Amino acid sequence: MRSTRATAEMEASVLSIRDLDVRFRTQAGELHAVRRVSLDIARGDTLAIVGESGSGKSQTMLAALGLLASNGIVAGSAKLDGVEMVGASQKALDRLRGRRVAMIFQEPMTSLDPLYTVGSLLVTTIKRHQGLGAAAARAKAIAMLARVRIAEPEARLSSYPHELSGGQRQRVMIALALANRPDLLVADEPTTALDVTIQAEILELLAELQAEMGMAIAFITHDLGIVRRFARHVAVMRGGEIVETGPTHDVFANPRDAYTRELIDAEPSGRKMPIVADAPILLEARDMRVHFDLRLGFFGAKRLAIKAVDGVDVQVRAGETLGIVGESGSGKSTLARALVRLAPAAGLVRFEDRALLPLSKAQLRPVRRSLQLVFQDPYGSLSPRLTVGEIVSEGLRVHSPELSANARDARAAAALEEVRLDAALRHRFPHEFSGGQRQRIAIARAIILRPKLVLLDEPTSALDRSIQKTIVELLRELQAKHGMGYVFISHDIATVRAMADRIAVMKDGKIVEEGPTETLLGHPQADYTRRLLAAAALERGTARPI
Amino acid sequence: MVGFALRRCLGAVPTLFAVVTLAFFLMRLAPGGPFDLERPLEAKIMENLQRVYGLDRPLHEQYLRYLANLLQGDLGPSFFMRDFTVGQILMQGLPVSMALGASAILLALVVGTGLGAFAAWRQNSAADHAVVGLATAGVTIPNFVVAPVLQIVFGLGLAWLPVGGWNDGAVRNAILPVIVLALPQIAVVARMIRAAMIEALRADHIRTLRSLGLGTFIVVVHALRGAMLPIVSYLGPTAAALLTGSVVVETIFGLPGIGRYFVEGALNRDYTLVMGTVVVVAVFVLVFNLVVDILYAALDPRVRYE
Repeated sequence: MRSTRATAEMEASVLSIRDLDVRFRTQAGELHAVRRVSLDIARGDTLAIVGESGSGKSQTMLAALGLLASNGIVAGSAKLDGVEMVGASQKALDRLRGRRVAMIFQEPMTSLDPLYTVGSLLVTTIKRHQGLGAAAARAKAIAMLARVRIAEPEARLSSYPHELSGGQRQRVMIALALANRPDLLVADEPTTALDVTIQAEILELLAELQAEMGMAIAFITHDLGIVRRFARHVAVMRGGEIVETGPTHDVFANPRDAYTRELIDAEPSGRKMPIVADAPILLEARDMRVHFDLRLGFFGAKRLAIKAVDGVDVQVRAGETLGIVGESGSGKSTLARALVRLAPAAGLVRFEDRALLPLSKAQLRPVRRSLQLVFQDPYGSLSPRLTVGEIVSEGLRVHSPELSANARDARAAAALEEVRLDAALRHRFPHEFSGGQRQRIAIARAIILRPKLVLLDEPTSALDRSIQKTIVELLRELQAKHGMGYVFISHDIATVRAMADRIAVMKDGKIVEEGPTETLLGHPQADYTRRLLAAAALERGTARPI
Repeated sequence: MVGFALRRCLGAVPTLFAVVTLAFFLMRLAPGGPFDLERPLEAKIMENLQRVYGLDRPLHEQYLRYLANLLQGDLGPSFFMRDFTVGQILMQGLPVSMALGASAILLALVVGTGLGAFAAWRQNSAADHAVVGLATAGVTIPNFVVAPVLQIVFGLGLAWLPVGGWNDGAVRNAILPVIVLALPQIAVVARMIRAAMIEALRADHIRTLRSLGLGTFIVVVHALRGAMLPIVSYLGPTAAALLTGSVVVETIFGLPGIGRYFVEGALNRDYTLVMGTVVVVAVFVLVFNLVVDILYAALDPRVRYE
């Protein structure tokens, strides 16, 4: 017999999941993604489901809504307002989805059909669930777009998704999901793919709409900052199971589970040791400009000049880390590529005592050895057909042709050990490694040449928080050992704070502010820096809750 | 868009020119000539013939003259069917080939899309395997096997349809040739639609539609529209090939299309007839590629030609 209290709780739940189990049939056998998960979301509440990639947090909610990929098998129960959804017919589900429960997804770029206008999607959704005529549905659609603060909503109805920015697309998704005032909104990493200032706006919008419409939100995220600020309750998932659940404040103040504690501690911490005062200048750039000419029109008659980098001065000393922060499109990656002549630039770039820009390709080659790069995507930047040992030692083939194959292999093993990978793994191929391990491989490939300067282009952005932390620590340690200079590009303030001596903030191809890390973060001068920091603080949960 | 089409038409001129030039000289490289018979003609007669048709001129002169005539729309006299000009021959056969080809494409599109979409929707079911099996058979069994089998079954055995002949375009006469032309295309279209549809059904934006409870019909319509895009690029060159006739089908069914002229012309060294066919095919290919590009822009709003 059920206790009355439990019954009361059940009735208050908008979503009640019991013993939900998800398996995927794959070619490599069965994958057990979610293991007997039970959770409740109270009416009007916000529950954050936290965990790293692969923890099963998204699959749990997708399974509850009947949206799993076709090779997924679900067992257990998920009741929405008391109506069972697991095993329900497509028709029954379609009466609930979009009306009582709706979902927004991580990738605003791909989650809207590129062939249909924003208006056609919105109007179809409204008509379907509210039985309105075309004109009434259209009016509702305009009102909904206005509600998610899309400028000129009426004109936007005839826009296609590709004509909108990432933030606008996510607003459209929110409008679609909330058009029929559902009782529950499932938000699957809705801000992860967006720039920080946009993230903040979207989160604020969701909080506002929740206050107004009173729906419950299940917030799937790996970002604890969002959880702290946004969620009243939290469920921590790992390996397909819920390891801890409770009110957010309690869980954060007294994490009972070791994994929860690990997650909370995962923010990159510590500071970089300051450099010696008279360290020699390694790299200096003055008035760097990178302009791209777009040719449009008949035979390219019309020209549009894009100033990706527009008159930038930077300087890096030996052993120093210059952090470059900015949002996507600010020109930070182009600047980095131009500094090592991977993008055509004008201005003056001096590395040690040589001007780089006038050098021919052949003259540049010996300099390249001292200038290495690590990229953001650890999946795309390693050749899938070479073993890890070959990848790591490839630079030596070019720059130290005198070395024998055995000597190169020994150096590769040593480099892998330096980035704390088992040297025995060097005969394997990149696809056998996780994202964090691959990034270590990329770092080993860079440091094997004993470079003087390493350009790190968002090296931690594609990684989970706890992995980010270990990579940051590794990079700092290697720097202390070898005295390399770093140019560290990132949009993540917490990581840059843990890495950099000085920070330059970029916007629209220009540096809007530059200074020592603590000074710049503590007393930002430029308006844009302040906004960036406010958004980042909110992400870390240090801002006051609204 | 109009500007784009105009530019593409202008761009087609050098392509066409290159095709004509290459075909002209390749044709002349082949040994023999249009008037070589088993029993050689008398030298005097041969000389006369050569002079009448301008073949005694230096090659570059012949080439320039052909170009000049072509610019005025004159494809020249046929060297083999001496009472006709190439233009007359093509104008007679082209409507037949085009009618057959267009019907075959339409049939392939409708049936192929239906089968492919159905198979994708019921992926890995018995129906799906049946469609894939049929499609494989459709591609692998050659038309010179399919055509006689259909003639035997429906023409001789059941006596429902005529075995061959054009009969001024009577529908009964066109059914078998159209089916033979369409079968391999149905197979290709079904396979392509199936693959694209399976991909589309897994796409994020289709999941969005499902999460909004929009129902099966709307989900299928959206997925199908996305899946049609690759078909469009395939159909361009295919349409050009089908509309300009098929040697095998026209020969087996005894149809007066232009498909067989290419082979006959080449074997007879009927230089002008071969050149005429080449020009027609090239124009069709260029036109249909342009149509595909325009259609693509109409179907996919992300594609814009500035």
